[in-house]
Amino acid sequence: MRKPFTIRFLSAMPRSGWIAMAVFAAVTLVVMPALHLFAPADSAFYVSNYVITLGGKLMCYAIVAVAMDLIWGYAGILSLGHGVFFALGGYAFGMYLMREIGTDGSYHSTLPDFMVFLDWKELPWYWLGTDSIMWSLLLVLAVPALVAYVFGYFAFRSRIKGVYFSIITQALTFAAMLLFFRNETGFGGNNGFTDFKRILGYDITSPEMRATLFALSALALMLTLLLGRYLVTSKFGRILTAIRDAESRVMFIGYNPLHYKLFVWTLSAMLCAIAGALYVPQVGIINPGEMSPANSIEIAIWVAVGGRGTLIGPVIGAAIVNLAKSYFTVAFPEYWLFFLGALFVGVTLWLPQGVVGLWQRIRTARAA
Amino acid sequence: MSVEQLQQSPAWDDGAPGLGHVLTPGLDISHKVILYLEDISVSFDGFKALNKLSLAIDAGELRCIIGPNGAGKTTMMDVITGKTRPDSGTCFFGQTIDLTRMSEPEIAHAGIGRKFQKPTVFENHSVFVNLELAMRTDKRARTSLFARLDDDGRDRIADTLKLIRLDHEAGRLAGLLSHGQKQWLEIGMLLMQEPKLLLLDEPVAGMTDDETERTGELFKSLAGKHSLVVVEHDMAFIEQLGGKVTVLHEGSVLAEGDLATVQNDHRVIEVYLGR
Repeated sequence: MRKPFTIRFLSAMPRSGWIAMAVFAAVTLVVMPALHLFAPADSAFYVSNYVITLGGKLMCYAIVAVAMDLIWGYAGILSLGHGVFFALGGYAFGMYLMREIGTDGSYHSTLPDFMVFLDWKELPWYWLGTDSIMWSLLLVLAVPALVAYVFGYFAFRSRIKGVYFSIITQALTFAAMLLFFRNETGFGGNNGFTDFKRILGYDITSPEMRATLFALSALALMLTLLLGRYLVTSKFGRILTAIRDAESRVMFIGYNPLHYKLFVWTLSAMLCAIAGALYVPQVGIINPGEMSPANSIEIAIWVAVGGRGTLIGPVIGAAIVNLAKSYFTVAFPEYWLFFLGALFVGVTLWLPQGVVGLWQRIRTARAA
Repeated sequence: MSVEQLQQSPAWDDGAPGLGHVLTPGLDISHKVILYLEDISVSFDGFKALNKLSLAIDAGELRCIIGPNGAGKTTMMDVITGKTRPDSGTCFFGQTIDLTRMSEPEIAHAGIGRKFQKPTVFENHSVFVNLELAMRTDKRARTSLFARLDDDGRDRIADTLKLIRLDHEAGRLAGLLSHGQKQWLEIGMLLMQEPKLLLLDEPVAGMTDDETERTGELFKSLAGKHSLVVVEHDMAFIEQLGGKVTVLHEGSVLAEGDLATVQNDHRVIEVYLGR
C-alpha cells in the first residue's frame, strides 16, 4: 500500500529525533528571541546581543556543515571550496543591503560608497534590480546554483574524483577570491560590503531585527536537517552512499552517477548560499576573505570533528570548533591555527567518526 | 546517447532500400546472435591487451572463456560493458546496438549485466538494499528521490534472496558476508537487473566445492532464457557447465569448441604448459 507523502516524511525520522527538533524549535524560535527582547538587560535571563549574534552565526555555520556533509559524508566528494558558495550567497544578499543604505552613506549618493569612491557614475548591469529583496533572494539561490551546476557538470562528467576534485575546488575558491579582490569586479574590492543600515526599512541593529534573523537562521537550519534526513533515508540517499563506496558498480547496475552527484552538489551549494545570506546581515560585513582557501578547509574540519555521514555530527562539529575559535582568538589569538591543526590531526587519528562516533562507542561500551 | 536515439540515428536509417531488415526496438536477436565482437583491438602503452579479437555469442548460449593470465579476458569484458573503448573494431549487442558508442549505465539498461572478478557489493548497505538498488527499474536521479519499494519489488527481492540462499542474512551488512556469500550476492544483484546477457568474471573464485556446484546448477538453469559468458580457471566447474569453450591467448581467440576438443588442441597445450 502506498503511504501518503506526509506519513513517509514523518517516518523518515525516529520519535526521539522529532522531540529533539521540537525542543530546539521552542528554544530558538520562542525562548531565546523572547528573552532577548523582553528580559531586562540586568536580569540573569537576558540574552545579550553578543549571544544572539553568536548563536545566529553558529547556526549559519551549522547549515554549511550539514551541506558539506551531504556531499562529503554521504557521497564521498570532498569539496575544499564550499566557502565560495557561502560567500556568493552572502554577496548576493549584501547587494540588497548596500542598496537599502540609500543616500545614508558617507557620500550621500544613491550609489554604494565604494562606487562613488571609484568615481563610477552608474550601477553596473548586474546590480540592476538588487534594490528589490525578492530579486536579491532569487540571486542568492540562482547564482551559486548555476556556478555549482556548471562546475560540477564538467568535473563529474570528466570523472574527476578524490584529491584531484578537492584541489580544483580549492582553485575555484581561490580564483573567486582574487576576482572579488579586484575593485573593477564591482563588489567593493578587498573591503567588500559593510555599514549596512536596514532590511525592508527596519534598523538592522535593532533587537527585533537581531531576534528575527536569529529565528530565521534556526528555521533554515531545521529545514536543512529535515531535507537532509529525507534525502539520506530515500533511495536517492542509498544510491549516494553506494556511489561513495563503489562507483563503478553503481554504473554497471545502470545508474548514471553524474546526475546523482550533480543534484546533491548543487543542492549543497544552495544550502551554503542560504547560510551565507543569513550570515551577512548578522555579522554586518562580507568581504573576499570568506573565499580564502583556509575558510573552506575549516568547513571540512567542522564536519570531521562532528562526525561524517551523520546529520547531527556536522552541527555539533561546527558548534564546537567555532565556540573554541571564539574563545581562542580572544584568549590566545596567536595559537588558534595551531590548535585547529592539532584538532584536525587528533580527530583524524583517534576519532575517525568524530564526536558522534565517540558517543556511539561510549554507548555500546556501556550497553555491553 | 540512449539506445532509442541510437536506433533512430541516421546511421541506421539511411533510407537505402532492399536490405530486408526491419529495425525492431530494443535488442534484436533475429540472427540468433546476441553479441558480436569483430576485430577488436585495445592497447595500453604499446601493450596489446586485445589483438583483433573476434567472437560471437549465440542467444541463450552458455559460453566459457579460458586463457592464461594476461590473455585479455577482463579487458574483453571491459570493452563489452563500456569501461574501455576499443582502439578499433566493432562490438554489437544483437543486430543493432553498438556498444562502443554507449556509456556504462546505458549498456546496463540495454541488458548486459556484469559480475566483477573481485566481488564488489555495497558493503555499507544491507543485503536487501544491495538487491533493491540493483533491481530493474527507472534509475534516473529524479525518480530515485521519491521512489518507494512496492510489494511486487519486495517479492522479487525475496525470491532472489531464496535463490542465492541469503534469505536469513537479508538485514546483514554486505561487508560482513563471507567471500563466497559476497559472490552469491553479486550474482543475485545481477539477476535483479534481469539482463539478457550476463558476463561473469571468475564467479566461483573463493567458493567452497559445494557452493561451486550450486553456482554451476544455477548458471545452467539460467542458460536458454539468458545468455551467459563465464570467465573461469576452474576446469571442473567448466566441465560441469558443459558449454562451448573459447580459449584466449595474447588478445585473440586461440581455439574454440567443447572442452575435450580444446583440451586436446596442441596449441592450447603449448600455451598452458609451455613449449
